[in-house]
Amino acid sequence: MSEKRIGGEAVAEKGWLRAHQWLLARRLVQFGILGLFLLGPLAGIWVVKGNLNYSLTLGVLPLADPYVALQSLLAGHVPETLGVVGVAIVLVFYGLLGGRVFCSWVCPVNVVTDTAAWLRRRLGIKGSAQLSRQTRYWVLVMTLVGSALSGVVLWELINPVSMLHRGLIFGLGMAWAIVLGIFMFDLFVTSRGWCGRLCPVGAFYSLLGRWSPLRVAAGKRSACNDCMDCFEICPEPQVIRPALKGQDKGVGPVILAPSCTNCGRCIDVCSKDVFAYGLRFNNTVERRVPPPVGDPGR
Amino acid sequence: MACGVGLLGLGLGLYAKQSKALPALALRPPGALPEADFLGACIRCGLCVRDCPYNTLELAKPEAPVATGTPYFTARQVPCEMCDDIPCIKACPTQALDHGLTDINLAKMGVAVLIDHETCLNFLGLRCDVCYRDCPVIDKAITLERVPNERTGRHAMFLPTVHSEFCTGCGKCEKSCVLEEAAIRILPAKLAKGALGSHYRVGWEEQKKAGGSLIDESKMLDLPDRLPEGAVLPGHYDPASGHTAPARGLLGSEAGAIPSLPPGLGGKP
Repeated sequence: MSEKRIGGEAVAEKGWLRAHQWLLARRLVQFGILGLFLLGPLAGIWVVKGNLNYSLTLGVLPLADPYVALQSLLAGHVPETLGVVGVAIVLVFYGLLGGRVFCSWVCPVNVVTDTAAWLRRRLGIKGSAQLSRQTRYWVLVMTLVGSALSGVVLWELINPVSMLHRGLIFGLGMAWAIVLGIFMFDLFVTSRGWCGRLCPVGAFYSLLGRWSPLRVAAGKRSACNDCMDCFEICPEPQVIRPALKGQDKGVGPVILAPSCTNCGRCIDVCSKDVFAYGLRFNNTVERRVPPPVGDPGR
Repeated sequence: MACGVGLLGLGLGLYAKQSKALPALALRPPGALPEADFLGACIRCGLCVRDCPYNTLELAKPEAPVATGTPYFTARQVPCEMCDDIPCIKACPTQALDHGLTDINLAKMGVAVLIDHETCLNFLGLRCDVCYRDCPVIDKAITLERVPNERTGRHAMFLPTVHSEFCTGCGKCEKSCVLEEAAIRILPAKLAKGALGSHYRVGWEEQKKAGGSLIDESKMLDLPDRLPEGAVLPGHYDPASGHTAPARGLLGSEAGAIPSLPPGLGGKP
């Protein structure tokens, strides 16, 4: 067990609620969306029909997963009008908010892997098998090429993300075993293994949000006290360093790496309020700390 | 790493190939593309399942022998009720279910096959007829064909006979079969249907189309049949004498004659 709790300082400084606000918001959104999907089958109130691959809300709003649609397109099939409209809406939405907002704010597997990461920290499990964070892009390419070659929406044959979401709504079957497998993999084999290294859905959405305006920025990075809590809590810690520590190298404070999931946990756990949501355009490098008049050092 | 991903891809590819073999008793919704195309077009959203008013369809769970997340139904459990407006097709956001299909009577989900002649009650000479009565395309997709019951020698059997041209594969016959295990089942057309050689011509149909014989019958040679001396074969044309022996037997039958009838069943000697 680690003697120091991550975010402990932030809780002491800001109070528990403010030190968990984005986490709570995220869970609320995640379970809220799942709840909307479940309202139909469980209570007979049909707000949303379908699942994350394609859904129809209130009979008018189509939403479709562009990654599945792309695989289907490469397999030689074009969706109907509603499907195309659904893809367009989702493309614009995540293009603006950040592709991996899907991962951290919508995807049900996120709850599973976040829990595994939390347990990993609590149990103090340190060992982690090496697996490159680029692997997911290779898997992504493989599924796209494979769909074109086989004529089948390839990743959907085994996609744990849609299996879990579909399972919760239409009947789980053995999907729980696959989800348990991912949990165990993240817990005992590779830290942040599934979402951070393997999942091609996340890889696709990270590319989709490559130029998204909404980003997390380390606006008050000069206040950083090097407690390292943000690195510890972040599911993609490699994205933080350039923005947080790049001031001397002339790198702006905005986290531009597309694999950042915009989850906001760094905002939560920072006792100095270094991070905040912002726009990618506000990325000018601040001048060096207010130059005191007649500073002899410069 | 690239190696590992390549291996994963290879495995997935083989799995994809295998998944194209749909189990015989899993039926796709009406208008579904052929299986190989269906797996590329279906995005596993389940909208067809939701809009089916009879809860016929379900999405395949990971352990089912059907590609995960794709819709199917099992006729013996819940058959397709053949809705006039085909809501499942309307709900489909892709072309996995052919939106060009607007008449449910033209659907081809499979073909009914009366697969077990040993247990079908009608084949045993009884009058069950339930599959025939329950067929939404009664008297076209399933007819009852009368044949003599040779066991009793005095009754008819009414054999349910499927005509694939009209059968939609809805599965109501399979569902309604009163046996413990259905004697009539919906099979994929690929399993149920034979195919004539493309060069085959059915003579009597060609004759009907042409309005007469396609060959000059006067030049036809009918070889003499070898019969025991003095024997007469009813309806037989004897080219030696130029006579035809008088026919007997069923009226209107194409063959014109049946050699013998059981005693007491009419048929003048």
